[in-house]
Amino acid sequence: MKKIKAGRQPNRSRAGDVGVAIVLIIFGCFFAFPLVYAINAAFKPLDELFIYPPKLFVRNPTTDNFSDLFLLLNKTGVVTFTRYMFNSIFVTAVGTAGHILIASMAAYVLSKYRFPGSRLFFSAVTVALMFTGYVLSIPNYLIMAKLGWTDTYLALIIPAFASPMGLFLMKQFMESSIPDVLIEAAKIDGAKESRIFWTIVMPLVKPAILTLMIFSIQALWNNAGTTFLYRDELKMLPFALQTVAAGGVARTGAGSAATLFMMIIPLVCFILAQSNIVETMASSGIKE
Amino acid sequence: MSYANWKAGKKRQAHFLWKDIKDHRTCYAFLAPYAIIFTLFYIAPVIVSIYYSFTYFNVLQPPRFILFQNYINLILADDIFLTAVKNTFLIAAITGPVGYIMAFIFAWLIHELPRGIRAIAVLVFYAPTISGQVYLIWSFIFSGDAYGYANAYLVEWGIMDNPVLWLTNPQYMMGIVIVVQLWLSLGAGFLSFIAGLNTIPADQYEAGYVDGIRNRWQELWYITLPNMKSMLMFGAVMAITQSFNTADVTMNLCGFPSTDYAARTIVTHLIDYGSYRFEMGYASAIATVLFLAMYLCNKFIQKALSRLGT
Repeated sequence: MKKIKAGRQPNRSRAGDVGVAIVLIIFGCFFAFPLVYAINAAFKPLDELFIYPPKLFVRNPTTDNFSDLFLLLNKTGVVTFTRYMFNSIFVTAVGTAGHILIASMAAYVLSKYRFPGSRLFFSAVTVALMFTGYVLSIPNYLIMAKLGWTDTYLALIIPAFASPMGLFLMKQFMESSIPDVLIEAAKIDGAKESRIFWTIVMPLVKPAILTLMIFSIQALWNNAGTTFLYRDELKMLPFALQTVAAGGVARTGAGSAATLFMMIIPLVCFILAQSNIVETMASSGIKE
Repeated sequence: MSYANWKAGKKRQAHFLWKDIKDHRTCYAFLAPYAIIFTLFYIAPVIVSIYYSFTYFNVLQPPRFILFQNYINLILADDIFLTAVKNTFLIAAITGPVGYIMAFIFAWLIHELPRGIRAIAVLVFYAPTISGQVYLIWSFIFSGDAYGYANAYLVEWGIMDNPVLWLTNPQYMMGIVIVVQLWLSLGAGFLSFIAGLNTIPADQYEAGYVDGIRNRWQELWYITLPNMKSMLMFGAVMAITQSFNTADVTMNLCGFPSTDYAARTIVTHLIDYGSYRFEMGYASAIATVLFLAMYLCNKFIQKALSRLGT
């Protein structure tokens, strides 16, 4: 039997590795396209945006589109651009943090305990994922109005806490990656549920937490919030950018800058989270 | 069994249930914040909307109860709905399974890469999803005039003589929608697979190696897949919801309404009635039918997945 060499996985043939690399590169080009396009378009001067035949890569990069964008943002809005920025960051940060905490708490007891109503509740969560959102806007609006939450951030933040996808993801992860014996051992040692949750469960599902963070940031960051918010100073960044980009052909440059600008924060969070997920490799795996 | 006996039995049962509930009060405390918010903002609207599906509701006047009339009209009198069902099932039947398998295969292949470039590879493959509305660039690629990338290059290379109206000709619409939808299918499921592959303990692979697993395919079948069961379940539900809910892509690329309703899906049909004709009752009936279809599909897939690795 061959010795397991460090640095190279066993059970892998060289030819297979090369094949994998080739497949990934070919498909990678196909999937990376929007990113490449968006970055290039944002730096294209106006004449290159309308060139025929169209070219993907920018030849004379310029930041004119961005200066146009910020000029327009400060001119058209009643509210300054920084306020929109703050609104979006605030709602995204609070909504994501609350969602991770509340969904993880619920997922922990649903995955590790069987109590009256637990299975029914979980199936309600997965089933709720399948109901098309469009028809829910009227009932949702009525509920918000009854609670008096329209025109406040509560209408955006609180429902985000209980997004069914997050609970579903966390529950699946906790079920498969936290051994029951670990929890039992901690109980025998006298640990309380809250302590078990914070010191054992949460660190073990770090990849899931980071993944959930990506989903939540993406959903909240792209939310224009126009269904529930009327006051201009409460509205979100996507609203401001849509207003600019909706100006027709003359705004093509500013529009492509806006597209890239909207992507920056989710992209940065994504890269940070992913490199963390990949690094927390299960080499620290616990043995049953 | 006498009535008194039965009553006593019931009482004992209730007593045990109550004791069970009391024993798990910490569990309920952990669940409560989520449960309250979820019931209020997710369950309640669904129930209200199912109720609307049995009414005539034009948003302005209060809903009027009409029993099954919406459902009867939907199935018997709405030709466009049948087109929508046909299109949706075609899209779902292709993009659902293919997208799902693709998400797993790419997640698995990326996991094979050296650690340093894995995060970048994930970013590259997830790019269509993270960039939000960026799929709109497909409308530039397939735009009908000579400025569209597809037309420009195909004409330049001499493959075609004239530009093709990709997005307004019913002949090409569904094909393009399916391609774009597949391109968007590396979403939530894909990321959960990536995260899931990182939680499989390394010693299981080592043990497998000692037990005689010789290549990556055996390793995939005997170790990776059984360990990924719960993530595969999650990915399946996500694939179902995404493929059945196809709407934004067809609306933004093929127009709304599309030529001859050739790219009409159940959800665009629903949006048409809900947001433009203000027939919320009818729209809710469409949503309920779609919901039932997705629910059955999900039940079926869960059955299939529970057999995995056994």
